[in-house]
Amino acid sequence: MHITEGSFAVAEAVRLCRPQVVSAYPITPQTHIVEALADFVANGTLDAEYITVENELSALSACVGASAAGSRTYSATTSQGLMLMAEVVFNAAGMRLPIVMSIANRAMGAPLSIWNDMQDSISLRDAGWLHFYAEDNQEATDLHYIAYRVCEDHKVLLPAFVCFDGFILSHTYEPIDMLTQEDVDKYLPKFSPYERLDAADPVSFGMYATPEYYLEFRYEHDKAVKDAREIIAKAGAEFKALFGRDYSAMVEGYKLEDAETVIVAMGSICGTVKDAIDEMRANGKKVGLLKIRVFRPFPSEEVAKALTGATCIAVLDKNISLGAKGATALEVKDALYGSTVPVFNYILGLGGRDVRKKDIKEIVALAEKGQGNQFYGLRKEVL
Amino acid sequence: MAEKCKTCELFDSGHRACGGCGASLAARLVTKAAGPETIVVSSTGCMEVFSTPYPETAWKVPWIHSLFENAAAVASGIEASLKKQGRKEKIVIMAGDGATFDIGMITISGAFERGHDFTYICYDNEAYMNTGIQRSGATPYDASTTTSPAGSHSFGNKRPKKDMPAILAAHGAPYVATASIAYPADLMQKVERAINTPGPCYVQVHAPCCTGWGFEGEQTIAIAKLAIETGLWPNFEMIDGKVTKVKKVVRKPVTEYLKTQKRFRHLFKPKQQDAEIAAIQAIADRNAEKYGLDIKLPPKKE
Repeated sequence: MHITEGSFAVAEAVRLCRPQVVSAYPITPQTHIVEALADFVANGTLDAEYITVENELSALSACVGASAAGSRTYSATTSQGLMLMAEVVFNAAGMRLPIVMSIANRAMGAPLSIWNDMQDSISLRDAGWLHFYAEDNQEATDLHYIAYRVCEDHKVLLPAFVCFDGFILSHTYEPIDMLTQEDVDKYLPKFSPYERLDAADPVSFGMYATPEYYLEFRYEHDKAVKDAREIIAKAGAEFKALFGRDYSAMVEGYKLEDAETVIVAMGSICGTVKDAIDEMRANGKKVGLLKIRVFRPFPSEEVAKALTGATCIAVLDKNISLGAKGATALEVKDALYGSTVPVFNYILGLGGRDVRKKDIKEIVALAEKGQGNQFYGLRKEVL
Repeated sequence: MAEKCKTCELFDSGHRACGGCGASLAARLVTKAAGPETIVVSSTGCMEVFSTPYPETAWKVPWIHSLFENAAAVASGIEASLKKQGRKEKIVIMAGDGATFDIGMITISGAFERGHDFTYICYDNEAYMNTGIQRSGATPYDASTTTSPAGSHSFGNKRPKKDMPAILAAHGAPYVATASIAYPADLMQKVERAINTPGPCYVQVHAPCCTGWGFEGEQTIAIAKLAIETGLWPNFEMIDGKVTKVKKVVRKPVTEYLKTQKRFRHLFKPKQQDAEIAAIQAIADRNAEKYGLDIKLPPKKE
């Protein structure tokens, strides 16, 4: 067990995955990751080509080239950087390149904010990447091993975002059980590309598709994202068998069994929610948490099953599809279609606004009174 | 390699380019010169579209297209990957002038500054042809395009061509050249030199577009030749930033080039625009001065 900063722990996990090409561009709060990787390369503990690109669009473009040429690749970004690379995000997925990228989740400008919410990665939920969201830094590191393992599986061949909350996790020191190189080598096989750019066997990557073919490309892409469920379950189960921590399910319940009011959430807020639940339970309230770890593919069936016994559901979203709802709430409502259980959505914590146990308790009270679908914690005096 | 590949065709027939397309000729000559141990990176554009309608491809070498603006960054990643794997294939980027002069400028600057080992070929047809002939930073002065149309208040494109070779030479590129599809041996030799020079190298290939410029397809080579003969396309080579080789000509007046293409028709009809033609002639004269294009004929004997 090491007491380590989240960003450093993620960088260490990435090092153990032996990426062969790393592209790097600084952006707060991600920068500590690529700084640590640069140190590893400079000191010989990571044998990788490290490309200091001129912007994020090129960061992911370099990964596209390196992955297509047959290397395991890595980059990290957040917020504005992720949006600058958005065109490449769609492109990398369409070319089915198994790139793993960390997102230290951060709000989108304007107004400019360097602090945490999930608007960045959520806004690219439709790009065809797998989306993993970590609750704590242990999970943030472990999900990187799992992401490489899943993405590179020839039944999947998709890139993945491994998301963890900027500052709240990236800059927080927590005790973390780091795997050893031997552990990771046992778990993660060498990268074996399905196809690669190779003069000995020329193939064309990234051709253009006329209306006769495009629809089928999208169908197969969607199918690959959906079919990744099975590989995620398998990779998670094997991880558990080797190292004890269980990531085989895409959702995780906390005190759900007899829960009447259930909070649905993603990311670091889940830790606060659990503490609040413990205190509410001590006062006799039957409250539980459904944590969503994998947002794409979305675990609709698991969500519906986990929420079977609930009488009131409060979905917390650190993002909003402006003019509609939070992304998680939209998915949960879709998963529960036909159910009469009320689902309330709370938009909170945007741009780094702190969320505390008392807020969670207040949200539960609001939900139980039927008051929902709102921004939570607005400072009315500045409106 | 050029010797070895005189007969090999790595850019195959059957693609969808217009008859008389200068860019497709550039693709054929560049891949011939580069040889089969080459990975081609294409930007979005005419060439990418006419050569790879899924499930067909004209490329007999490994080929990748990602986006319009990122070919140099994709090539950077490929180069890093090959280096890591100990592989020896050469990397050739094939990008149009819109991708090179305009939208890809940042990624090109970054990749050249980092010094990756690749050859960047810009097939320069002097406008966005794939989208229907819009002006780019490579469009010459007074050319009429769909976004710089000639009209009662306009003579067409208001700015001269951006000097990309100088910009890339200023990045410290060890080898920079211009070439033309009208001179295949020269073009292939330059591509070979670029490929065999370590570091980021640049070859800008003049590739007339019959559709965009407005001429009959059989005139492509003749028009490309006239561009050089009038001094409007200086054909040169720069090693470590110094001009080392120039194609010298007995210069013809620019009107001989301009008259062949509809994009300059407004300079002659309904009436000849002498001041505009003089301005274009001045561009050719400056090119001649800068690169020493003129062949000095011996004085005639009495």
